[in-house]
Amino acid sequence: MKERLEELQAEALTKVEEAIYLSDLQDIRVAYLGKKGPITEVLRGMGKLSKEERPVIGELANKVREAIATELDAKKERLEKEELEKKLETETIDVTLPGRPVKVGGPHLLTSIVEEIEDLFIGMGFEVREGPEVETDYYNFEALNLPKGHPARDMQDSFYITEELLLRTHTSPVQARTMGEYQGAKPVKMICPGKVYRRDTDDATHSHQFTQVEGLYVDKNVRMSDLKGVLNQFAKQFFGEDREIRLRPSFFPFTEPSVEMDISCKVCHGHGCSVCKGTGWIEILGGGMVHPRVLEMAGYDPKEYNGFAFGMGPERIAMLKYGVDDIRHFYTNDVRFLKQYHKA
Amino acid sequence: MYVSLNWLKEYVDIGTITPEELAEKITKSGIEVEGIEYVAEQSSNVVVGYVQECEKHPNADKLNLCQVDVGEEQLQIICGAPNIAKGQKVAVAKPGAVLPGNFKIKKAKLRGVESNGMICSLQELGIEEKFVPKEYAEGIFVFPEETEVGADALALLNLHDAILELGLTPNRSDALSMLGVAYEVGAILDVPVRLPKEEVNVSSEIAADYVSVKVDTELNPYYGAFVIKDIQIGPSPLWMRNYLIAAGIRPINNVVDITNYVLLEYGQPLHAFDYDQFGSNEIVVRRAKDGEQMVTLDGQERTLKSSHLVITNGTIPTAMAGVMGGANSEVSNQTKTVLLEAAYFDPAAVRTASKDHGLRSESSSRFEKGVDPNRVKKAGQRACQLLSQYANGTVLSGVVEFDQLDKSAATIEIDSTEVNNRLGTEIDNDEIGDILRKLEFEFKQNGNLFSITIPTRRQDITIFEDMVEEIARIFGYDNLPYTLPQGASQAGGLTERQQLKRDVKNYLQGAGLMETITYSLTSKERAELLISPEVKGKVDSPVQLAMPMSEEHSTLRLSILPELLASMSYNSARKQTNIGYYEVGTVFLSDETTISKQPEERLRVSGALTGDWITHPWQQEKKAVDFFVVKGIVEGLLEKLNLTATYKQAKMDGLHPGRTAQILIKDVAVGFIGQVHPSLQDSFDLKDTYVFDLDLEFIFTIHENEPSFAKIPRYPSISRDIALVVDEHVHAGDVKATILKAGGELIKEVQVFDVYQGEHLETGKKSLAFNILYLDPERTLKDEEVEKSYQAILDAVKKAHQAQLRA
Repeated sequence: MKERLEELQAEALTKVEEAIYLSDLQDIRVAYLGKKGPITEVLRGMGKLSKEERPVIGELANKVREAIATELDAKKERLEKEELEKKLETETIDVTLPGRPVKVGGPHLLTSIVEEIEDLFIGMGFEVREGPEVETDYYNFEALNLPKGHPARDMQDSFYITEELLLRTHTSPVQARTMGEYQGAKPVKMICPGKVYRRDTDDATHSHQFTQVEGLYVDKNVRMSDLKGVLNQFAKQFFGEDREIRLRPSFFPFTEPSVEMDISCKVCHGHGCSVCKGTGWIEILGGGMVHPRVLEMAGYDPKEYNGFAFGMGPERIAMLKYGVDDIRHFYTNDVRFLKQYHKA
Repeated sequence: MYVSLNWLKEYVDIGTITPEELAEKITKSGIEVEGIEYVAEQSSNVVVGYVQECEKHPNADKLNLCQVDVGEEQLQIICGAPNIAKGQKVAVAKPGAVLPGNFKIKKAKLRGVESNGMICSLQELGIEEKFVPKEYAEGIFVFPEETEVGADALALLNLHDAILELGLTPNRSDALSMLGVAYEVGAILDVPVRLPKEEVNVSSEIAADYVSVKVDTELNPYYGAFVIKDIQIGPSPLWMRNYLIAAGIRPINNVVDITNYVLLEYGQPLHAFDYDQFGSNEIVVRRAKDGEQMVTLDGQERTLKSSHLVITNGTIPTAMAGVMGGANSEVSNQTKTVLLEAAYFDPAAVRTASKDHGLRSESSSRFEKGVDPNRVKKAGQRACQLLSQYANGTVLSGVVEFDQLDKSAATIEIDSTEVNNRLGTEIDNDEIGDILRKLEFEFKQNGNLFSITIPTRRQDITIFEDMVEEIARIFGYDNLPYTLPQGASQAGGLTERQQLKRDVKNYLQGAGLMETITYSLTSKERAELLISPEVKGKVDSPVQLAMPMSEEHSTLRLSILPELLASMSYNSARKQTNIGYYEVGTVFLSDETTISKQPEERLRVSGALTGDWITHPWQQEKKAVDFFVVKGIVEGLLEKLNLTATYKQAKMDGLHPGRTAQILIKDVAVGFIGQVHPSLQDSFDLKDTYVFDLDLEFIFTIHENEPSFAKIPRYPSISRDIALVVDEHVHAGDVKATILKAGGELIKEVQVFDVYQGEHLETGKKSLAFNILYLDPERTLKDEEVEKSYQAILDAVKKAHQAQLRA
């Protein structure tokens, strides 16, 4: 019987080896391990064996079954894998075909720039303040040391609605309003981005509507060197560590001393080229130490408090940073223009 | 202001500094040099020639054949200028010469005759036509007789000069004069200023015997009249003409040129009347009468107002004070006696007159800003001196004047410690003293205290801070240290509203929309379009500008959508037809018919979509934008903001009557979604376009930003489907609401999963299929509970919507 079992094992394993299809394996399983199979048959004949032989043969029979089953399983796994691979092969696709596009939107370039400026100043401890676009004559001019009759207050230059109301010409009124709100009692550290309006005919460099970001810092013992330090930090973070700043004296009714800030030209680094018209520098923003009249009108005692203010135009910055050649692009909303800056 | 460096050198020694270096220094100290012009930068080899012979060209009527002595040689030159004549001294570009525009002069044959050079006009030498004296405008320039033959013509015409173009800020009107610029450059280079002397020999005759001055207005605190006899009108000296041209003023004749020259030199406008044409020997300055008329020098008839100031002869106006002289008393070639005015007119009065008449002159622009009170009379004296020297004038003794002008200098006290505190510097007292000396400001010093006398030429310096700037700019802004504020630091940040605004933008961008920024000012017609009902309810009419520049931008928007549609129209005209745009911005609401207060500014978000939403060509997928694409975006936005909205079928002007939904949150109308009405679409040349519009201002106030924690369910839910047949006009949303109400609290969610109309259904009916999800987070649901709810729902929908369970 022992021989018979060993024979069966060898026979079955050979068949497993030769099997090609999964169905062959099932047939082998039924043929050798089934209830009507030869091993069962061998076991049935065990009654004829001696008491001593029975467990030996029983054990051998089980081993043979196990060996065949193990081999069947292994072969099955192998065949299944092969079969799957064959199937997958038939499912091959052309991976070079384009994917289904995902609708991707994006911010307007000016928003990106304004938010970047906001985030830089927030990092320096500034808050962001907003204010009305239709302003009173008082906040737009008077409170900023531009009294009635001042040449800069020509009706021709601003969009008036009534004699007392106009579209703000700068975001500075937000500064006056904020100082007023703080009632001369605490420091002010703010930036105010927003839309402003001037009575200009739209062309490549003028727009009747444009954007401004202004900043104000009022505290005790504020120095002009602080203005220089803060603007320098801003310029380096915004435009790049390799850029230098330069301040030049200027004039604004609401600051004294007043400054214009230039940054070194990114192309020539201050040596002079066509981008900076040979000067090596590009004008970026205006600012200065807050005029004592402005502080006074907002309820701050100029003997106790002083401060600095600055303002810049995101359109101009965008034009310089990205080489946009016409300010009208920002408001025409040509989809081909807008898309270019979704990566910015 | 154009500053000829050669002219400037008459007042300050600028040494060997190059124009570029000087420009850089001036710019960094506070006056921006916007450009440097070299008229004859490329020119060379142009000399003075003497026209020895001048005959007609044998073969050409309009040409002349000239023999010209240019010093070392004699040249035969053919010249076409009508004013060429024998005996003239002219500018000759010799063969090999280069003229502006890189124009090279060569020997040539003109109509068979040799020509060895060119006799030049001023234009050919690079001078702008408008500055060329009229007598030479149509031909060549003729040098004065005494000019040396062979001399460098470009040098004689001052064309080797560099001209700085100064961009002056409004406060620096002191630099509207050569002397002012000289003080500035003197301070920068630390060199003293040489002032001109106004000395003149006067005759024994007394000016006061010729004229009297009466001032009847407070707007003219100083009026000085000089009388100069025996005037011979003629050209002014060449150097003066050169300087005027460099400064951008066309030379006319010696009298006019001298007044202009002094205006540029001193910054003090002067006016010369022809004494014999003045009409009286009495000068009366007064306000004009309303409606009074006069003819100004430019030949224009002007109607005056009482806000304008006039010089009169006691009867009629002879000049519009500070703006322009009158034609009746104009200096002409026949003028023998000049009545010269040096006055101080009120800046605002001159500005008003100049503006009302649209006449902005070299004169008015200086008076407007306030001239130096201590230079008024001196300028008159300087002009007298020049008239005596260059117009043969005999200056009468004395100036006839009216004088109530405050000529005193202000004093400002500064403490050097305070100056340093303000600047963040450590400038010592000696250096401050040095800066003041460079500026030629007189001062007394007592320790840290400086008492500074501000020269009247610097009307812009009135307070401590002005003086701080003055010290800082001469010290050099470059020399200020970089520091950071010392004050207590605070945490910066965005407010909740600002953060929400960014969240909304980020969401919409993620949803596939592109942000736009359109104009707040629109046309009156567009301002009336697509106004959300809740806006309309609060508004009388759109806010209009008092003086718009164009109808197109005359009215403040009440909706972002019209300009957004205009943007889409712009794109569609350029074949960009698949667009999804949104904009966040303010609209301006006023409930007043006549505006008296600021309109309410409300933040809204609007979107507009047109064309294909999904395009994936090779898989034949293509889906145009429709109502539900837009609604999905809006629903997602509100879900992001943790808000639930209801959508109500609505009708709105400008929108498709069957495809418009009003959006309500907590029963408050907050906006709408809809398809743009075909006829409105047509007017924008757009194909099917869908829009949405939401009141962010309201949404931000009710939105709850902190989501509260809800337990993740541990028990299974039970799902039931229900298909109902209803009349086709019944809204799925209403049925859903009934289901939710009737089904009880165990319902977690109700979703429409099928809408069907057609075969197997009665005409006019539709089938709506809902999936109802039941869940109790605390326990496992029992079938009976769900069954009970299901029955209640069936009853309710039958009752509310006559719904039948679909077979």
